[in-house]
Amino acid sequence: MIEIKKISKSFNGRKIVSDISFSFETGKTNIIIGESGSGKTTLIRSMVGLSEPDSGEVLFDGRSFYELNFTGKKEIRKDIGMLFQGAALFDSQTVEQNVMFPLSMLTNMSESERKDRANFCLQRVNLDNVNKLYPSELSGGMKKRVAIARAISVQPKYLFCDEPNSGLDPKTSIVIDNLIQEITEEYNITTIVITHDMNSVIEMADKILFIYKGENWWEGSNLDILKTENKEVCDFVYATKFMKNLKSKLQ
Amino acid sequence: MNIFYHLGRYFLLMKRAFGKPEKMAIFRDRIFEEIYNLGIGSLGIVAIISIFIGAVITIQSAFSFENPLIPLYSVGVAVRDSMILEFSPAIVSLILAGKIGSSIASEIGTMKVSEQVDALEIMGINSAGYLILPKIVAAVLFNPILIIFSMFLGILGGYIFGVLTGVVSDYEYVFGITYQFKPYNVTYALIKAAVFAFIMASVPAYHGYYTRGGALEVGRSSTKGVVYSAILILTFDLILTQMLLA
Ligand SMILES: Nc1ncnc2c1ncn2[C@@H]1O[C@H](COP(=O)(O)OP(=O)(O)OP(=O)(O)O)[C@@H](O)[C@H]1O
Ligand SMILES: [Mg+2]
Repeated sequence: MIEIKKISKSFNGRKIVSDISFSFETGKTNIIIGESGSGKTTLIRSMVGLSEPDSGEVLFDGRSFYELNFTGKKEIRKDIGMLFQGAALFDSQTVEQNVMFPLSMLTNMSESERKDRANFCLQRVNLDNVNKLYPSELSGGMKKRVAIARAISVQPKYLFCDEPNSGLDPKTSIVIDNLIQEITEEYNITTIVITHDMNSVIEMADKILFIYKGENWWEGSNLDILKTENKEVCDFVYATKFMKNLKSKLQ
Repeated sequence: MNIFYHLGRYFLLMKRAFGKPEKMAIFRDRIFEEIYNLGIGSLGIVAIISIFIGAVITIQSAFSFENPLIPLYSVGVAVRDSMILEFSPAIVSLILAGKIGSSIASEIGTMKVSEQVDALEIMGINSAGYLILPKIVAAVLFNPILIIFSMFLGILGGYIFGVLTGVVSDYEYVFGITYQFKPYNVTYALIKAAVFAFIMASVPAYHGYYTRGGALEVGRSSTKGVVYSAILILTFDLILTQMLLA
């Protein structure tokens, strides 16, 4: 479980995240939604120390991240898998090397074990025959999938995914959603997914955090979100005609 | 205050870069990779420049030593001493600072703005150690070799052009380059080469590592890295010359 307590973060005096508290459950898919620019990426970056929050606390299974020393933080980070919004693959390495990289740096697996593991992860994100390509030779969606394979290669305890299915077609998008859900349950991971895709929210959310203007505006499950009367949440959820029709049908 | 801010941040980054590498074997591979990228890739430009400069010094000094009282072997002495004392260590390092420095700053800067550095950090890897240290080690190991190579080719270039154009004879030139040769001068040049190598790798790495923004800023960091390493190389050239020769 990852608990955050009153996290705040400003950039140049502009408050981007204000006093967000939430607990992300283990073995569950926790979803963060909110308008573009509402502070979702900033929030997860402050949770893992990529940009230190101005105040607040982050607890990884009870261990307070910002109170740990350098080595303690490093130990927690070894248990984190993260998918960045822009994929952040290593340009100078092939797809296979990218996925093998955390294994080479952090484990004592042999070359062939690492290759097997990398191939296994690449298959799980539906990628074949791209092992020897470089990131510059991949499409946007393929990059995302390689980045997911890299994030899960070391079997993280905490998985952060910043928009895993933006830029993917609906079919691959579902494959990725299912994959995230499967490994979350299978390995009892604490998974945090940022998404804009209402379909993913309804499909896989166990717990939802809705951020509005940097605040924890609403929280609940995927069933709750369809019933809530909260104006900002409804504006977000029923922004599309499809969802609006769905709502009227349900009623 | 600005200069102290940068100095402080630079030394903190160096402290992190010199932390113990995660995996020794990977660190070793990274050093070879960088020697290949930064060192071997610079052989060509160093060779061309050194040969030409050696030739130019030969012809210029032969013309200025037309006075019959100055023996013609002085041409050999002039080429040898200018190459060993200043041209090879300082000027070649300046040129390499341009070539290597811009590549280091833009590589690390690009990794920074595309979150590749964050990706390393989140894996629990010391990104400064992984990215910067192998470059510094490779440069410090390889720059002295490049400098020796440059001295040798400069003197050879002088010989070839001098003898071909007939401004100096074969015998005089060879006599000149061995005349009162001080091996210490080479040691001195190599010390300089190692110091300059540290500057030309670490200063652009610093500018790359603290790049913020996008492609535009990567370009700016690259320019800054080159300019500051050139200024520092010249400053240390003066300091080291004063310390080691005076
Ligand atoms: N390093 C930074 N410096 C200054 N401002 C920043 C920085 N990072 C983010 N911001 C600002 O914080 C706000 C929230 O950004 P953030 O990336 O967290 O949004 P988001 O919710 O992830 O949006 P999206 O859904 O579009 O990815 C934006 O207005 C952005 O301008
Ligand atoms: Mg974002």
